[in-house]
Amino acid sequence: MEILELAWIFEWLNENLLVPIVGDGEFGILVRNLILACSVFGLLSLIALCLVWWERKVSAHIQQRFGPMMTGWHGILQTVADAVKLIQKEDIVPALADRKVFFWAPVICFVCAFAAYIVIPFGDGLIVSDLNVGILYIIAITTFTIISLMMAGWGSNNKYALLGGMRSAAQAVSYEVPMALSILGVVMVTGSMSMQEIVKAQSAWYGFHWNIFFQPLGFVIYVIAATAEANRTPFDLPEAEQELVAGFNIEYSGMKFAMFFLAEFVNMFTVSAIATTVFLGGWNGPWLPSWFWFLIKTLGMVFLFMVFRWTYPRLRVDQLMEFAWKVLLPLAFLNILWVGLYEEVFSKW
Amino acid sequence: MANKLHLETMQINMGPHHPSTHGVCRLILTIDGENIVECVPDIGFLHRSIEKICENRTYAQCIPMMDRFEYVTSMMCNWGFALATEKLTDLVVPERAEYLRVIMGELNRIASHLLCIGVTGLDLGALTPFLYTFREREDILDLFEMTCGQRLTYNYIRIGGVSRDIPPEFFPKCKEFLDKFGEKCDDYEKVLTENPIWIARNRNVGVITEQMVYDYAVSGPSARASGVNFDIRKHDPYSIYDRFDFKVPVFYGGDCYDRYRARMAEMRQSASIVRQALDQMPEGDVRCKVSPKFKPKVGEVYSRVENSRGEMGFHIISDGTVKPFRVRARGGSYNHLLVTPEIVRGLKIADLVAIFASLDIIMPEIDR
Repeated sequence: MEILELAWIFEWLNENLLVPIVGDGEFGILVRNLILACSVFGLLSLIALCLVWWERKVSAHIQQRFGPMMTGWHGILQTVADAVKLIQKEDIVPALADRKVFFWAPVICFVCAFAAYIVIPFGDGLIVSDLNVGILYIIAITTFTIISLMMAGWGSNNKYALLGGMRSAAQAVSYEVPMALSILGVVMVTGSMSMQEIVKAQSAWYGFHWNIFFQPLGFVIYVIAATAEANRTPFDLPEAEQELVAGFNIEYSGMKFAMFFLAEFVNMFTVSAIATTVFLGGWNGPWLPSWFWFLIKTLGMVFLFMVFRWTYPRLRVDQLMEFAWKVLLPLAFLNILWVGLYEEVFSKW
Repeated sequence: MANKLHLETMQINMGPHHPSTHGVCRLILTIDGENIVECVPDIGFLHRSIEKICENRTYAQCIPMMDRFEYVTSMMCNWGFALATEKLTDLVVPERAEYLRVIMGELNRIASHLLCIGVTGLDLGALTPFLYTFREREDILDLFEMTCGQRLTYNYIRIGGVSRDIPPEFFPKCKEFLDKFGEKCDDYEKVLTENPIWIARNRNVGVITEQMVYDYAVSGPSARASGVNFDIRKHDPYSIYDRFDFKVPVFYGGDCYDRYRARMAEMRQSASIVRQALDQMPEGDVRCKVSPKFKPKVGEVYSRVENSRGEMGFHIISDGTVKPFRVRARGGSYNHLLVTPEIVRGLKIADLVAIFASLDIIMPEIDR
């Protein structure tokens, strides 16, 4: 199975191809980073495209439909067709929009969604940069998405978009807190914020020493907060179709809309990847290559989020706030208390 | 420096092309953040002057116009107009036709309630129940297509009977549908009735008190959800409704949740009525002889039927010619739209969507 691990391929390529050509000076590092960035970007774009198709299929089968069937095998090329259509669309900017804010909002949203992948471990050794504050970095960078949503809401100069932007700001502020607190429990156990360290700490029991078994409450809180973070039903208030028509992205068309759309799916994959890394043992697992385990677990989480979306109604904005502050936050504190007790008392027996 | 926050309300146009105004209704909302301060409905975007057009047509030609008057329950509109005209002319409708009318009317009621429940789900963000209810609605529309060739504007119930008899394959198909319908209703209940988010969104939202029901003439399931036990089929029976055994479900909350439950319970009762009608149906003619250019007596008549949205009444004034002198129709939605600003004050925009859906307001009935 060693041969299926991908890390050695990158190392081999680096040593035999890149170092001889560009050297390992400053220029060499720059070229290498560029190649890394491009490969991560390409991979994630591909994943996002597949997720769009998958979500359509999941929703269709939940609703007793077929979903796309005409473009390719079971409509697998549907997303490509959509992308081609969106590229061809005219890029409309409302006359009274704040042009700069309007332009930069999707860009920031897009960049932040992808920037989180710098510290996500795709497999054993498959990580762009193992920052020692990895998890903190992810929480920080995903929060930036909210700024872009607010910019979109404000810059569009549309009342519905403004309401959507304001909702997203309120929602983010509320749900960041329990989310960070639920991850804090894991950081307490691991003693490190590096993503690789967190994964390695769960490698006992043949790769099944997962944090979810010791902190089930923390996992539940994380999943709920992550659903809100990724703006998905039952917490998709910023883009509530039936109330705000489309919320913050109401005025966007063409490629700018596609960027928001793609970022949404990348975000969903991000929160699933974090859940996998932090609670589900990351790439740990027997027999299969590590990246395969990571992918299975992450896609399982994505599937869970999709099922949420297609089976639940949406909460109201005040209920959403109440739930975050009155239910999730106390539970998150309870989780931390439990982790502390466990570490101090039970694990020493 | 005066350190005082300057707060303003915002005016926002909900509609005429907004996904949850069920047609082309424009609501002028004054909002304070997410809270609604004032809601002013603006109607008339779908006005087709159906009542005026009827004055230039013979009575028989008016029936297709009635299909368009309220296209979700066309059968009941046909029926209401036919009933009023028959009252004017003293026509005796054949027995079998009466049974067919009841079957079609009740199936149409189920189809309409299915639409309402599905759309309420859609408006609250639950996208899946909509497809489930439309699956059953599809079966009903197939039955209608089998009977009269149309799926939306039926033109089936005519003056003096119905346009044609049902085909023989209608009976097994309809029985099959009724047999599985109970189970499907249980499915909806599983997805919606006990869902905590659904309850949180609907319970105590948009409460219509019993007094408001009288003040605004709210009718139909919306009135029965507020504790008013009034159903025209039971308390002022028309056609042959006195022959069937059915209950009038009454709830006392007056909120969106009870309106939803009233519709749910009513669908089961309608299914039972259809079953009884299928069992009792006699053989015979489906239409009495009536000239297409008949002339009713001089006079004036008001007759009403229980539509899925409330009382649907037709007021016809006849001057003894082939054309009606004046036709006036009354639908439940208009009164429901009037009561909306009253109950929506101080609630959130999301609540307005829930209320609008639960009152089952559709625009063609209001604009006519």
